[in-house]
Amino acid sequence: MNAAWTAVLAIGLATVLIKGAGPVVLGDRPLPGWLQGPLDHLAPALLAALVATAVLEREGRLVIDARLVGLGLAGVAIALRAPILVVVVVAAVGAALTRALA
Amino acid sequence: MTTEPAPKRHRYLDGARAAAPLTIAVAAFGMSFGVLARAAGMDRLAAVAMSATTFAGSAQFAAASILGAGGGLAAAVAAAVLLNLRYGPIGLSVAPVLLGSRWRRLAEAQLVVDESWAIARREHGVDRQLLLGAGLALWGTWVAGTVVGVLAGNLVADPEQLGLDAAFPALFLALVVPQLRTRSHLAAALVGAGLAVALVPITGPGVPVIAASLACLIGVRRR
Repeated sequence: MNAAWTAVLAIGLATVLIKGAGPVVLGDRPLPGWLQGPLDHLAPALLAALVATAVLEREGRLVIDARLVGLGLAGVAIALRAPILVVVVVAAVGAALTRALA
Repeated sequence: MTTEPAPKRHRYLDGARAAAPLTIAVAAFGMSFGVLARAAGMDRLAAVAMSATTFAGSAQFAAASILGAGGGLAAAVAAAVLLNLRYGPIGLSVAPVLLGSRWRRLAEAQLVVDESWAIARREHGVDRQLLLGAGLALWGTWVAGTVVGVLAGNLVADPEQLGLDAAFPALFLALVVPQLRTRSHLAAALVGAGLAVALVPITGPGVPVIAASLACLIGVRRR
C-alpha cells in the first residue's frame, strides 16, 4: 500500500474516532452539569477563532489580503440584517473584485 | 423558511437549505482538493475516499500538500489529526442530541463539520435534524466536487480568484454574531479569536483553533 492510501486510512480512521468519541462515550446520557457552561461558550470561542484564521491565515502565516475586504463587506451586510446567502455572496464578490483590481 | 417549531415536520431539508449558500464554495474547494491531490501523487480513488471519510477540508489540504511536498506520511497524518482535534469538543457538544445505538451515533457524528455544526446551533444546544440535513448536503457537495476535480482537473478558475475563500469567514461571522448574547459569550469570542491569531505564526497548523476552544472555560459556572 502506498503512502497516499496509508494516509487516507489513518486520517479517515482518526477523524471518525475524534468526531464520534463524545457521542459514543456519552451515549444518551445528558451532559454532566459542569460541562454545560463551557460547551455553551464553545460556539462563540470556536466560531470567532474560525473567522480569524479563515480570514488571516495562509500557510501558517498571518496575511492581510482581499479576504479582509470581503469580510468587512460581510459585516456590513450582517449589520443590515441581510440573509446569510447575501452575506456570503457579498464577501466573495468583494474579495474577487479586490483581487481583480489589485 | 419557517423557524417556528412545526410538529411532525422534518427539518432535514431546512438544514440542507441553510447550507445552500455555501455549496458553490464547497464544490469549488472540493474540486481544487481533487486537483491538488492528483498533483501530490494521490490516485483518483484515494482522493475521493479521503473526501468521503475525512470530510474536513483543512485537514485534507494539509495532508495532500505535505505528501506532495515530500514531507512524509507521519507529518501528513499528524497535521491532519491536529487540524481535526477540534471535533473532539464539538462532538461532545452534539452528543446529547444524537439518537440511537452507539454505531448510529458514531455514523451521525460524521456529518459534523464546522459549517453544519454552526448552522445547527440553537440557543441551548444543537438541532439534530438541521445538523444532519446540512451535513449531508455539504458532504455530497464536497465529495462530488472532489470527483469532478480528480477527473476533469480545474474546470473553474482558481476558487480564490472568484473570492470563494472569503465565503467561509463571512459565514462564520454571520453565525457567530447571534451567539454573542451575553458579556461572557462575547468575551469567549474575543479571547478565542485573539488566541488563534496570536498562535498562527508560532505553532503548527491546527493548534490555534484548538487552543482557542479553551476560551470556552470562561463559561465555567455560568449557564
